[in-house]
Amino acid sequence: MERKLTCIGCPLGCEVTVELAGEEVLSVTGNTCPRGEAYARKEVTSPTRIVTTTVRVEGGMLPVVSVKTKSDIPKDKIMDCVRELQKVTVKAPIQIGDIICEDVAGTGVSVEATKNVKMDN
Amino acid sequence: MEHYEIIIIGGGPAGLAAAVGAREAGAENILILERDRELGGILNQCIHNGFGLHTFKEELTGPEYASRFIEQVEEKGIAYKLDTMVMDISGDKIVTYMNKKEGMRQIQAEAVILAMGCRERPRGALNIPGYRPAGIYSAGTAQRLVNMEGFLPGREVVILGSGDIGLIMARRMTLEGAHVQVVAELMPYSGGLKRNIVQCLDDFDIPLKLRHTVTEIHGRQRVEGVTLSEVDENGRPIAGTNKFYSCDTLLLSVGLLPENELSRELGVELSSVTSGPVVDDSLATNVEGVFACGNVLHVHDLVDYVSEEAALAGRHAAQFVKGKEEKWKGGKKKVPVIVENGVRYTVPAFINPKTMEKEVTLRFRVGAIYKNAFLSVYLDGSRVIHRKRPVMAPGEMEKVVLKKEWLLLADGLKNITVKVEEA
Repeated sequence: MERKLTCIGCPLGCEVTVELAGEEVLSVTGNTCPRGEAYARKEVTSPTRIVTTTVRVEGGMLPVVSVKTKSDIPKDKIMDCVRELQKVTVKAPIQIGDIICEDVAGTGVSVEATKNVKMDN
Repeated sequence: MEHYEIIIIGGGPAGLAAAVGAREAGAENILILERDRELGGILNQCIHNGFGLHTFKEELTGPEYASRFIEQVEEKGIAYKLDTMVMDISGDKIVTYMNKKEGMRQIQAEAVILAMGCRERPRGALNIPGYRPAGIYSAGTAQRLVNMEGFLPGREVVILGSGDIGLIMARRMTLEGAHVQVVAELMPYSGGLKRNIVQCLDDFDIPLKLRHTVTEIHGRQRVEGVTLSEVDENGRPIAGTNKFYSCDTLLLSVGLLPENELSRELGVELSSVTSGPVVDDSLATNVEGVFACGNVLHVHDLVDYVSEEAALAGRHAAQFVKGKEEKWKGGKKKVPVIVENGVRYTVPAFINPKTMEKEVTLRFRVGAIYKNAFLSVYLDGSRVIHRKRPVMAPGEMEKVVLKKEWLLLADGLKNITVKVEEA
């Protein structure tokens, strides 16, 4: 199987082609530097992303607070993560770093607040 | 009249870093004026990560990056006023502002730092024919609505322009449950960062149509759809390429414009390329004691560079207040930076070799995509930098660093020239 990717290592944005046999990477071509190969190998075997979104806030200066996964999670869990967080409501006040959710979408990764939200007076 | 050493117009990333820089350089009496309800500026709505890799060596979200600077401002006891709009800055540096608590007031500054940022190019600047239905937003407005006000502006979305905010919003609207059908870009390349094309469009199978634009907006009360057309090399729609997209929302991500109304009235000389002030190596404008930094000066891609630039402006404003800056008197000694072949502008545009810091960073953009070309700097006839760049694109800001010793050694230096040289 063949997969085509755009490398994000630098503005060059090489079109990299990865030859795959199941999970095994047979070859990486089209990259102009070693970073391209490393990126492509990771992308085809275990792509991950940090997910950022918002959750609802009760009694705050703002109706929502921004949050992020504490580390990257598998790319195919992004939508599950966001859907789970859509159901969450937290109470003000909130500090940056407050844990919003312990284990999001079964990834074992926690979600933390990225903004301070004071109580609404 | 109340008096401050330095008044900073704007409490976004540039204003905050300028304040910290000025305090660290010895200014005591600093005031930041901010029109929003909190400090942090645009960072507050940029909830995605990727900020601060250069400054803090970690990837932060926008609000986290802002909070690092807000904490420093608080710790250093720097004064600020929120919900406060600056109406005028006079040549003798009287700043007129308004807010609900104080009404209209005037205060005196010894130095002013312009840090007002930029705003988005609106629909009116695009000449798209049609009615003015609800459902047309600039990408940044949609970003604020979703990330700070908790509203989703629409369900079926088309985005015009592939600037970074448009790309980021394509992902954000998708995560919030909207369907982003397509991103159309007039140019043959995207103005956004590669990483955003991959992680915001490719990850969600959102198509990017290059050389396409919106030629009609349908609907009278609410957007009902848009027509996209392919364009030729002059940007004109090609007959027979029209395609209708049914949608309720059109987001525009078609460029940012430095917000310089206050600067213009103050008599600050503006560049026709950047729309921002023309500054020297201390980021001083032509008006004595008035400095500029951040997106009001020229639009940046990375906030890290805004912080760096703003700290420099703060430092020089503090030195000006302390009377260490003599260069205004010796203004004629400034050496102009000339741009040629592909380099559109540089910030700064003038350098004073005698009074500059040990190094000066020239930031600029190129006008087209160049592969395997060289970035060159000449001091009059002699080339001092000849650096190979695998790729340069208008969407990514470039820089070169000049050393003071080079400039001092170049006897009777008249011009510094920055240009692209193809292999």
